[in-house]
Amino acid sequence: MKQRPIRWSVYVGLMPAILIVVFAYLGTMIWTVGISFTDSRMLPAARFAGVNQYIRLFATDRWLTSIQNMVMFGVLMIGISLVLGFLLAVAIDQRVRAEGVLRTVILYPYAMSFIVTGLVWQWILNPTLGIEKTVRGWGFESFRFDWIVGQDTAIYCVVLAGVWHAAGLVMAIMLAGLRGIDPDLWKASRIDGIKPWRFYLHIVIPVLRPSFISATVLLSLGVVKLYDLVLVLTGGGPGFSSDVPAKFVMDYLFQRQNIGLATAAATTLLVTVLCVLTPWLYAEYFRRQTPKG
Amino acid sequence: MSSVSLRNLKISFGAVNVLETLNLEVAEGEFIVLLGPSGCGKSTLLNAIAGLLDLTEGQVFIGGRNVTWAEPSERGIGMVFQSYALYPRLTVEGNLSFGLKMSGMPKAEIARRVADAARILQIEPLMKRQPAQLSGGQRQRVAIGRALVRNASVLLFDEPLSNLDAKLRTELRVEIKRLHKALGSTMIFVTHDQVEALTLADRIAVMHKGVIRQLASPKEIYQRPVDRFVASFVGSPQMNFLSGRIVRRDEALAFRLDGGGEIGLNGYDFTHPVSDGQVATLGIRPEQAQLQPSPQHTESLEPTFTIDEPMGPDTLLWGTLGGETFSLRTTSDHTPNLGTAMPIYVNPAQVSLFDAAGERL
Amino acid sequence: MTTHHTSEGPSGPAPRRIGPARLGIYAFLLISALFFLLPLYVMLVTSVKPMAEIREGGLFALPSAVTFEPWIRAWSSACTGLDCRGISPGFWISVKILIPSVIASILIGAITGYALSFWRARGANLLFAALLLGAFLPYQVFIYPLVRIYSATGLFSTIYALVLTHVIFGLPVMTLLFRNYYAGIPIDLFKAARVDGGKFFSIFFRLMLPMSIPMLVVAVILQVTGIWNDFIMGLTFGGLANRPMTVQLTNLVAPTEGEIAYNVNMAATIMTAAVPLIIYFISGRWFVRGIAAGAVKG
Repeated sequence: MKQRPIRWSVYVGLMPAILIVVFAYLGTMIWTVGISFTDSRMLPAARFAGVNQYIRLFATDRWLTSIQNMVMFGVLMIGISLVLGFLLAVAIDQRVRAEGVLRTVILYPYAMSFIVTGLVWQWILNPTLGIEKTVRGWGFESFRFDWIVGQDTAIYCVVLAGVWHAAGLVMAIMLAGLRGIDPDLWKASRIDGIKPWRFYLHIVIPVLRPSFISATVLLSLGVVKLYDLVLVLTGGGPGFSSDVPAKFVMDYLFQRQNIGLATAAATTLLVTVLCVLTPWLYAEYFRRQTPKG
Repeated sequence: MSSVSLRNLKISFGAVNVLETLNLEVAEGEFIVLLGPSGCGKSTLLNAIAGLLDLTEGQVFIGGRNVTWAEPSERGIGMVFQSYALYPRLTVEGNLSFGLKMSGMPKAEIARRVADAARILQIEPLMKRQPAQLSGGQRQRVAIGRALVRNASVLLFDEPLSNLDAKLRTELRVEIKRLHKALGSTMIFVTHDQVEALTLADRIAVMHKGVIRQLASPKEIYQRPVDRFVASFVGSPQMNFLSGRIVRRDEALAFRLDGGGEIGLNGYDFTHPVSDGQVATLGIRPEQAQLQPSPQHTESLEPTFTIDEPMGPDTLLWGTLGGETFSLRTTSDHTPNLGTAMPIYVNPAQVSLFDAAGERL
Repeated sequence: MTTHHTSEGPSGPAPRRIGPARLGIYAFLLISALFFLLPLYVMLVTSVKPMAEIREGGLFALPSAVTFEPWIRAWSSACTGLDCRGISPGFWISVKILIPSVIASILIGAITGYALSFWRARGANLLFAALLLGAFLPYQVFIYPLVRIYSATGLFSTIYALVLTHVIFGLPVMTLLFRNYYAGIPIDLFKAARVDGGKFFSIFFRLMLPMSIPMLVVAVILQVTGIWNDFIMGLTFGGLANRPMTVQLTNLVAPTEGEIAYNVNMAATIMTAAVPLIIYFISGRWFVRGIAAGAVKG
């Protein structure tokens, strides 16, 4: 390539993005990380405190519980959503009647906010209002379904609502993947006399690998950002038994006014995400990139 | 080796008739090509034979057995697809053996069949590769191999060469012909490429709008097309069509061009009675017209050529005759004068005549 | 052509067998559909029931006497603390936040995507990588400094703060969306425009933007849904003055003394969900396309 004069208009066009990256992303990130190494409490303080905040953080039960919850929620929600979404996509792909209606019904939760999702499930799962009350009303007086008020079970309610919200997304991604499979492949398998379930197992699932990865990445983002849903569904309770890291940070920032601890927690989240993400991003966007033109 | 017989086959999708009531008898070991433009129903017909779609009416017999309701895998067929349809993420060997494995065939038998197919198709060095690592031609060989390992007595090809470049297409065409000679299996081959049809087929079925227009040997199809559609679809460059009338002249019939000129039809084999003054179209293939008179044919038409296209072995001349496009293929090195009218000569026994509805006269 | 007679034996279409597999598929789909519909059903049904009926029959029974009074109360007179104006102020604030946020974030995302796709700017890859990271990082990392910045500049608890925030956090996905879209446009078209003397902005506004209408539709769907459904930004930066509808909703339904008016709460919830739901039902396949495009290129 010949060396061309720099075209300033290109940089003018890129300026908003550059400013946002430099100030809103990098600047704030460094700021946050910086505070986490000070002994700030209610107000930021400049005294360097080393990793004291981190030591305190990992001695805090609530933080450990929230990490545990996030992992549990992540594994269960992603696992169940992937399986359910894939099965739904496969079922819909069997030339069923009313396909459009089914797709619409399965995907609409994804259009709803976590606030709405959390509220409505909180009502349904509320023992004195929802399922438990209704089933008892049918005469099953000893019926119990009170997960949402149980210390050990509340997080499963978050998983349930999370699956309800996300399974449609997985279904849509998988269905697009299934529809992208060469129709001749199905024909070839029929000529070869391969049973449909074996075809799905041996041929389709390997082919849909990119779809599974996409869906997993998307859902993982939701796991790290999980906040609103927990807030309205369980409030992190009972106690802090269903707390999650994002909520921990928000509470310590704004309610408990302990910004040192909150920023240490945020930084921990950040590092975790970076460790998982960087290799994937690199592989996805830069390794196989072919230059244009 | 099995015969294939289609009886009163009809396929409709909703209100659209894709195949009109259709009958076709394919003899054992015969190579039939279904030729036609896209949307003519040729692939639908092939899929119906394979059992990949439901018939609306009619029956399919393979090897004398009524397979109308049989599953595709129970019909004793193998099929090769345009997109190759190789199973992704399986090796070549995996692709060849997958169907057999799933049907519970003993391992030794699978290995023997796979080895046979690999030898016949010369894909032995590729056995450990994945489809993504193969060229188009190699993929299609593997796809053919997958059909072969089934020991099918009928092989179905759905435009197998369309995705290949011109050179590979020619190579694989020869390969398929060799395969047919070696195996002797019945083959039904769908294509829109007339060269493939003419070179491969024992018989060609030219299809248009869900109907077989003509079922005959390549030679017959080329030389005696039954209608204007077949005449124009087969042959490249296309047959020249000149409009005019049949006239009676000195006890014999002649063709008078609307654009001027006249030519005797002595020797033309009429299939229908004609009347004096009947509107008709004269069809002359580019190589059916000569620049030199022969002893029997001295009557000439006089087109004006404006462009010459040397093609190597021969040259195509393009011009007009009576206002209609006219092309002529000549092997002579002598370049005629372009831009001025010149005489050409045709043998009436070779040309085609069509009536106003496009049917052969 | 000779006609043949159909002989004995199977003829015509194979008889359809409704096997157990097929029944299983339908049963699975039906049960799943009920699971997904249940919350919507509960909200709709409860929102038109009088409180007495809810106390009696619970959430799942069909209403015997339909009333729209809860809807009216939810919209205009339900109380959040001392403020008894219903959810409607939140709706209008959400609209005020939504419109400029959607326009600004899409425009900036489109320009950035265009610049990254067609112009070989120095450091473009680095910028893109940083943007991608921004899409994936937890908001909690950015929030405290942003609060401080907005406070210092007097933006805190104004509409501007929220619009700016949505632009900031919408940029990665919008850029990705348009970058992927422009990657599908033949580079020769761009070269032709350059040869014809097009400059950075003239090529963008005259050629690329008009060509991007499908992607603009997808982007609008994504951003309207995303920004309307936002809670954490509204909560953090909106202060008391500019609480979007989602935040107002959580305040409205927060338990107070006395009986909880579930019918009003559910009516308010439906209203909050209405905008994205309507977008979803109208846009149909476009919504799916938005997910696929905005997601991660598979």
